[in-house]
Amino acid sequence: MESQEVGKNPVVQRLRDWDSQAVAEVIDFRGETTVVVPATNVLRTCEFIAHQLGFTYLSDITPVDRFPLEPRFELNYHLLCLDRKERLRLRVKLAGAEPTVRSVTSVWPTANWHEREAFDLFGIRFEGHPDLTRMLMPDEWEGHPLRKDYPVEGYR
Amino acid sequence: MTTIETAAGRAEPMVLNMGPQHPSTHGVLRVILELDGETVLKAKPIIGYLHTGIEKSCEAKTYSQCITLTDRIDYLAPLSNNLGFCLAAEKLIGIEVPKRAQYIRVLLTELTRITSHLVWLGTHAIDLGAMSVFLYCFREREEIMKIYEYVSGQRMMTSYFRIGGLALEPPPGWLDQVQRVLDAMPGHIDEYEELLTENRIWKARTQGVGNMSAEDAIAMGVSGPLLRASGVPYDVRKVFPYSSYDEFDFEVKTSNDCDSYGRYKVRVAEMRESLKIIRQAMDKIPSEGPFRAEMPGVIPPSREEMKTSIEGLIYHFKIFTEGFAPPPGEVYQVIESPRGELGVFMASDGSAKPYRVKFRTPSFVNLQSLPKLCEGRLIADVVTCIGTTDIVLGEVDR
Repeated sequence: MESQEVGKNPVVQRLRDWDSQAVAEVIDFRGETTVVVPATNVLRTCEFIAHQLGFTYLSDITPVDRFPLEPRFELNYHLLCLDRKERLRLRVKLAGAEPTVRSVTSVWPTANWHEREAFDLFGIRFEGHPDLTRMLMPDEWEGHPLRKDYPVEGYR
Repeated sequence: MTTIETAAGRAEPMVLNMGPQHPSTHGVLRVILELDGETVLKAKPIIGYLHTGIEKSCEAKTYSQCITLTDRIDYLAPLSNNLGFCLAAEKLIGIEVPKRAQYIRVLLTELTRITSHLVWLGTHAIDLGAMSVFLYCFREREEIMKIYEYVSGQRMMTSYFRIGGLALEPPPGWLDQVQRVLDAMPGHIDEYEELLTENRIWKARTQGVGNMSAEDAIAMGVSGPLLRASGVPYDVRKVFPYSSYDEFDFEVKTSNDCDSYGRYKVRVAEMRESLKIIRQAMDKIPSEGPFRAEMPGVIPPSREEMKTSIEGLIYHFKIFTEGFAPPPGEVYQVIESPRGELGVFMASDGSAKPYRVKFRTPSFVNLQSLPKLCEGRLIADVVTCIGTTDIVLGEVDR
């Protein structure tokens, strides 16, 4: 659902001007803009958004499991531009089998723990991450608890 | 492991395990320190000891049931968590909360900010050897806890904010209690400042300790007083106002000290600003009016309506057995919790249970900057650095 107003969002427009393939889809819901970008391009796009568009602050990375749909995983990068007081959500979709994406720790150092958490709870791998280990669950834990096919009560 | 070059040759650093059971870690934080003598070469925080799977539990509950879980994330600021969750759900459904409820929410969350800062100040001071400040802070905190108890029935796990407004009509005379706190608090804050602000030991332990530049702070994603003490005037209440904060007159306090002392000054100034907001809220809150919005099928009908009308009874029954189904979509709602930017990401698939709830908790992100704060400094400063980040482990681990 791409409304007239969203298409005119200057950030989306600048992303399209930069690379016509950069934006796969734009979603507008309750006044929040979500830009879906191809997973193969994520690091390049993030570098452009952080350095050229001023989104220097990464608030959060939220994974969502859409099991049994494919592509199964979504990663939502919640970005903030402190100068323009503007928010943006970047979304990447990942396949269910061996979900892997480039790490953005080189762009926003704060992504380190967010990505570790996503790895721990969802089993998403981040290429180029300096220390991709479990953080909330014990090191020897099997499985990724926040996946939808993991029972709420756990395996007992 | 790194090796150290000394005059006598190469040496291995000493590895020291701090926590998870250590009084100055404010809960169950574990830090692995690599030391060269008393100098910290590397610090690595290990977390997860308090992980209770709140996000997973939320997916198995209806929206209203989740509210009780949010109290337990940051147990020093339960009402801020309630507010973040309720605002996210309200945004998802599209509910306009009555002004009266919004002002009461503002008043109570500002009281929460004061209690949370009081716990921070007390524990930070006791960590650094100032015992009496701790006792004073907890004395005042108790007075505010009594207001929570009077209003919601609970001292700590309040669950007082509900989707669409408040759980109950506040009891008569509650504003008199708030007024008493308002009258006493400025004097008490002066008291703390008298004990600490020009205290030579306090200054020696905090000034120039735990430095973080504005660039580092933004790169590490820290928020709240930590970010503002690095000179970045980012406060969600001003930048993305929620719950009618735009109608209140207050200042965003910043400091360019970039150290633990600067953070102390910012937090103390914030307490005074909160009192200012509470004073304005007292004037704004109308004595009568609805305390929650009306939306049949989503927000429970009044007790009277439930007992006298058949629709009211049906709605009451359905809301508490099945819940309600917001339209499919995702929202990200941010609020300024006492510790910084609390973000609630909520995804709905059109069913009565949230498909995914994620709490972007400020403590989790702020703790990540701990190695930056204490590496290269003395081991005694690690205590200051943990204290100054003001972490709540329940919030870090969720």
